[in-house]
Amino acid sequence: MNALETNTKTRTAAGDRPGMLPQIEARFRVAWPGFTLDVDERLPARGVTALFGHSGSGKTTLLRCIAGLEHAAEGRIQFNGEVWQDAETWVPTHRRPIGYVFQEASLFPHLSVLGNLSYGQKRSQKLNQQRAAAQDPRKARFSLEHAIELLGIGHLLKRRPAALSGGERQRVSIARALAVSPRLLLMDEPLAALDLARKQEILPYLERLHDDLAIPVLYVSHAPDEVARLADHLVTMDGGRVQASGPINAVLSRLDLPIRLGEDAGVVLDGEVAERDERWHLLRIACCSTSLWVRDSGAAIGDHARIRILARDVSIAQAPSRGTSILNSLPARVLSLGNDAHPALALVKLDVAGNPVLARLTRRSADELGLAPEQSVWIQIKAVALL
Amino acid sequence: MWLTETDLEAIWLTLRLATVTTLILFIVATPVAWWLARTRSRWKGPIGAVVALPLVLPPSVLGFYLLVAMGPNGPVGQLTQSLGIGLLPFTFWGLVVASVFYSFPFMVQPVQNAFESIGDRPLEAAATLRASPLDRFFSVALPLSLPGFVTAGILTFAHTVGEFGVVLMIGGNIPGVTRVASVQIYDYVEALEYGNAHRLAAVMLVFSFLVLLALYVWNPGAKKR
Repeated sequence: MNALETNTKTRTAAGDRPGMLPQIEARFRVAWPGFTLDVDERLPARGVTALFGHSGSGKTTLLRCIAGLEHAAEGRIQFNGEVWQDAETWVPTHRRPIGYVFQEASLFPHLSVLGNLSYGQKRSQKLNQQRAAAQDPRKARFSLEHAIELLGIGHLLKRRPAALSGGERQRVSIARALAVSPRLLLMDEPLAALDLARKQEILPYLERLHDDLAIPVLYVSHAPDEVARLADHLVTMDGGRVQASGPINAVLSRLDLPIRLGEDAGVVLDGEVAERDERWHLLRIACCSTSLWVRDSGAAIGDHARIRILARDVSIAQAPSRGTSILNSLPARVLSLGNDAHPALALVKLDVAGNPVLARLTRRSADELGLAPEQSVWIQIKAVALL
Repeated sequence: MWLTETDLEAIWLTLRLATVTTLILFIVATPVAWWLARTRSRWKGPIGAVVALPLVLPPSVLGFYLLVAMGPNGPVGQLTQSLGIGLLPFTFWGLVVASVFYSFPFMVQPVQNAFESIGDRPLEAAATLRASPLDRFFSVALPLSLPGFVTAGILTFAHTVGEFGVVLMIGGNIPGVTRVASVQIYDYVEALEYGNAHRLAAVMLVFSFLVLLALYVWNPGAKKR
């Protein structure tokens, strides 16, 4: 167990009433010319919660309200029972136990990388010492070193921000936010300003955050692939309002959502790497009490694996088929049918050993198969992406 | 030495006046510049206009009002008298007060521009890193607007050195107390001592050129990207 985990756990235990799940209660009303944010949500204060929506949907404004960077006239935010804003209370940003990663790295150009990292770390240590000098000394001591190691930026410490690449800058900015030992990490599209290669460079670090740290994360994004890869909980927003909120698969597999991921409609499943097939360079992922074969990504046996199955890659058959090139064929049960963006297409929600999976097919095929709820079918998955 | 003793005295006085004025303005003008740069108040326009007034007012107008205010019957004059300081006109500190007003926009505007060009983001980032507002100002805003401060300092200093009308109205022409270089040159010309006037004028010319050269070589605009 690492220092931060200990840190967060002791604090949560201390700050929470027993038996209550840690959560964030956020209620904000902001009315600007041409834009209204109207949100009243309870979010889990654990794991990664993605705030997903198009630009202008209010997700960034919501995040800024939570951080106290935006002072919503009408608002209430409570974190694990601690009120940060209500009619009487206003905790300014610098007193909220948050870390914030902006879309652009926003490093201080007049400080070196190390100067940037220690800027917040020094100040948060001071605050912690003032608050609880007598308490656990480990508390104050996360770990610039840990943040540096986690984001792999040890070799950059002496450089100026201007001498870093875009991806390096964003890694430093994430480490800088972690170095204040936040109890809640807010990330505002940290990858949006980067090109694909830089994104691929940073995503593994974000996954490490997810796996290694017990800090809850609110992650704003408009990129379905990031959400699929990182989120445990998904909140979709449109026009300043929350459309849907829940565990990621529950939201991703909803057929009634007006917001459509289009080509990206699909679900994610969590499993474990169970077997490696050296000859064919494949991995067997054990999940949903069955097995799926995916391309070998180099993951170790026993690793946690998240896979993504897009609706367009799933086809439905009445019997297990032979003589097909498709590796992954599973029994499933039809749950419901829904409309897709195009009138020729339908989305089918299926149950695969207790997990929802979406399939996209033409209405004609659905009709020919006579698909109806509770029907048993076989699904063939053309491509399974190991995330 | 080809400058007379009175010339040197005038130059020394001028430099002293400009230095003191610049130092005072760093302290007085910075909060005003900060407020103007950050506020969303509807008073921003009017206050900004008042700050800019000395740019367009004839120095004699400014000097006249200051003279009236600091005179024995003016509000400032009565205050200084009741504090036992006496009257400010025709003293060095009277000149300093007048110069502070006269050079105010030369300090405020470059500093305000520098503050504005930082934008909100670095300050927001600092806030999320546990920095209080005052802390943010000193640890982020000041270092990032340093070039603006250098420009403002040089402009203010040079502008105070070049001041003439306000000095005549407030300071008069007392050797060693209020007779600055520009007034000294005026005296020489009035007395038809063109040789002396030339020498001192040449010194001022070279000085002014060097100051502006420093400003343009420093060129803070080019340093930021």
